[in-house]
Amino acid sequence: MAVTFGRVLDNKTSTRIEREVASAIKRQGSDWKGNTFYTLLLVMLVLTLFILAVLIYGVVADGWDILTGWLPSFLGGTLGSIKAFEGQTLGVQQGLAGSFWIAVFVALLSFPIGIASAIYLEEYAPKNRFSNFIELNIRNLAGVPSVVYGLLGLFLFVEGIPSITGGRTAASAGLTLAILVLPIVIITSQEALRAVPATLKEGSYGVGATRWETVRRQALPYAAPGILTGTLLSMSRAIGEAAPLILVGAITGFLGSNPSIVDPRQLDDAFTAMPILITGWTQNPMPEFRVAAAAAIVVLLVFVLLLNAATIYLRYHFEKKREA
Amino acid sequence: MNPEARNSNNLVFCAQDLNVYYGEFHALRDVCLDILPNEITAFIGPSGCGKTTLLRCFNRMNDLIPIARVTGSIEYMGVNLYDPGVDAVEVRRRIGMVFQKPNPFPKSIYDNVAYGPRITGMAKRKPALDEIVEISLRKAALFDEVKDRLKNSAMGLSGGQQQRLCIARAIAVNPDVLLMDEPCSALDPIATTRIEELMNELKDDYTIVIVTHNMQQAARISNKTAFFSVDVNLETDTRTGTLIEFGDTEEIFSTPKDSRTENYVTGRFG
Ligand SMILES: Nc1ncnc2c1ncn2[C@@H]1O[C@H](COP(=O)(O)OP(=O)(O)OP(=O)(O)O)[C@@H](O)[C@H]1O
Ligand SMILES: [Mg+2]
Repeated sequence: MAVTFGRVLDNKTSTRIEREVASAIKRQGSDWKGNTFYTLLLVMLVLTLFILAVLIYGVVADGWDILTGWLPSFLGGTLGSIKAFEGQTLGVQQGLAGSFWIAVFVALLSFPIGIASAIYLEEYAPKNRFSNFIELNIRNLAGVPSVVYGLLGLFLFVEGIPSITGGRTAASAGLTLAILVLPIVIITSQEALRAVPATLKEGSYGVGATRWETVRRQALPYAAPGILTGTLLSMSRAIGEAAPLILVGAITGFLGSNPSIVDPRQLDDAFTAMPILITGWTQNPMPEFRVAAAAAIVVLLVFVLLLNAATIYLRYHFEKKREA
Repeated sequence: MNPEARNSNNLVFCAQDLNVYYGEFHALRDVCLDILPNEITAFIGPSGCGKTTLLRCFNRMNDLIPIARVTGSIEYMGVNLYDPGVDAVEVRRRIGMVFQKPNPFPKSIYDNVAYGPRITGMAKRKPALDEIVEISLRKAALFDEVKDRLKNSAMGLSGGQQQRLCIARAIAVNPDVLLMDEPCSALDPIATTRIEELMNELKDDYTIVIVTHNMQQAARISNKTAFFSVDVNLETDTRTGTLIEFGDTEEIFSTPKDSRTENYVTGRFG
């Protein structure tokens, strides 16, 4: 005997109902659409990883002699000729120094300015035609080819204010790349701030918080992981850019050695950077420089990966705080 | 009565010809309503009739919705809240709010309650803050459940616990008026009773406005009841919230003047 909706059923009826329910909730055939989609996604993922693996294998294999033979002196070595290669004094030290200072400029200029602009646009600015116009333009700026920023940097910093930047220097390059990534920082930070739930902000306003307190204590902590991802992307982009640096005068030839990577005195000096150095060596017809270029690529990759790892750690930390 | 005469009556709120629009949408029409001190005023009415909308006018919460527009006036202790010189932040410090959906901050239970006192500078030292947190949580009938995990995340609380946490957060800043939007909708009968007791206690010092879908609750705790309904205009296909009847709770529930009120409170619709 079974009871359904308060009715007492005889055994035959209840067995029939049970069978009907059982066949209704059992899977009918295979979910081929879902399975196909799943397989497709898997194939794409494997393909992406495969391409990455080939790339990494290629550069590591090409640079093997240096990477396993004289990596420390390569890291401390300078630009030079084939003789420098043979004497193992060739290296990426100047490139690392240039890229380091570019990163410093990007971090000190475009991060604060970009995040502040995003906060202003998202939380303070009235939503009207003017602010829409500005946002549209920021989006357009993010799509401008990097060479154009190089021209801008040449015009503004190298020729415009040489008394401050010293002309074709790391300072000019840093300023140029800081401007280049500024739109990306603004857009991604804005996106992250927009994702903050309105109810969270209301809760804060509801107990009498000011706009700034709400931004500072609710919106920013909540948006921190997203903002962090945006800044990381822009940093990777800045470190990898070559075209604008060529225009602001990065050097591929001979360059005095730096006292140390972090010494700020080199800021008003001629400079090079990792992507420039790699481009230069790749264009060199001698096969030894192919090895050097590959090794330099591995060095650059490792630095970008370290940066990524640091950001992922920070992101995780902020996300945990958000859930906590 | 003209506004002047009503003001002399020591009113907390005096809403006059209040209209609220969301963009083109006319959400609430011509509301006139007085709220007396040390009373509980209940807003009842079908879903979508504008109870939340009106409640949010009382502490300028609608300022935060860009498309929302308010016309008419609400006087709070004789001052029109919508005068240009009025500081909405200060208004919200005095007029606290518990929202329809629990919205705890992604912080610890302690920090949720301490949030208001910290930013308003009520309590600088830790012992004073601890005391405020404990008292507020006790009043909201939550302290015993969470006293051993004040440092844990508020997001880990159940829905009903989160709602009580939001009540504790609102009363921690000691507001003059408490606006509560369905504060018991996710609570079991025990916690509901406790919150109703809290409202009765608070009534001695505060003024409370509560939105509720629970007729018995409105009848039990409120002094005044306002019944809202939706005015459907078939020609223009618009639905506008209006205040149908406002008066002593006893009258609204026993001898309502409007047939729509009677149908609603007795459970007969249409
Ligand atoms: N932010 C908003 N933007 C646009 N329309 C809104 C907004 N908030 C509310 N409305 C509209 O205003 C009307 C009144 O909504 P309100 O939230 O005040 O109803 P309510 O009486 O509180 O209903 P409930 O009992 O379901 O909570 C509804 O038609 C709703 O769709
Ligand atoms: Mg509501």
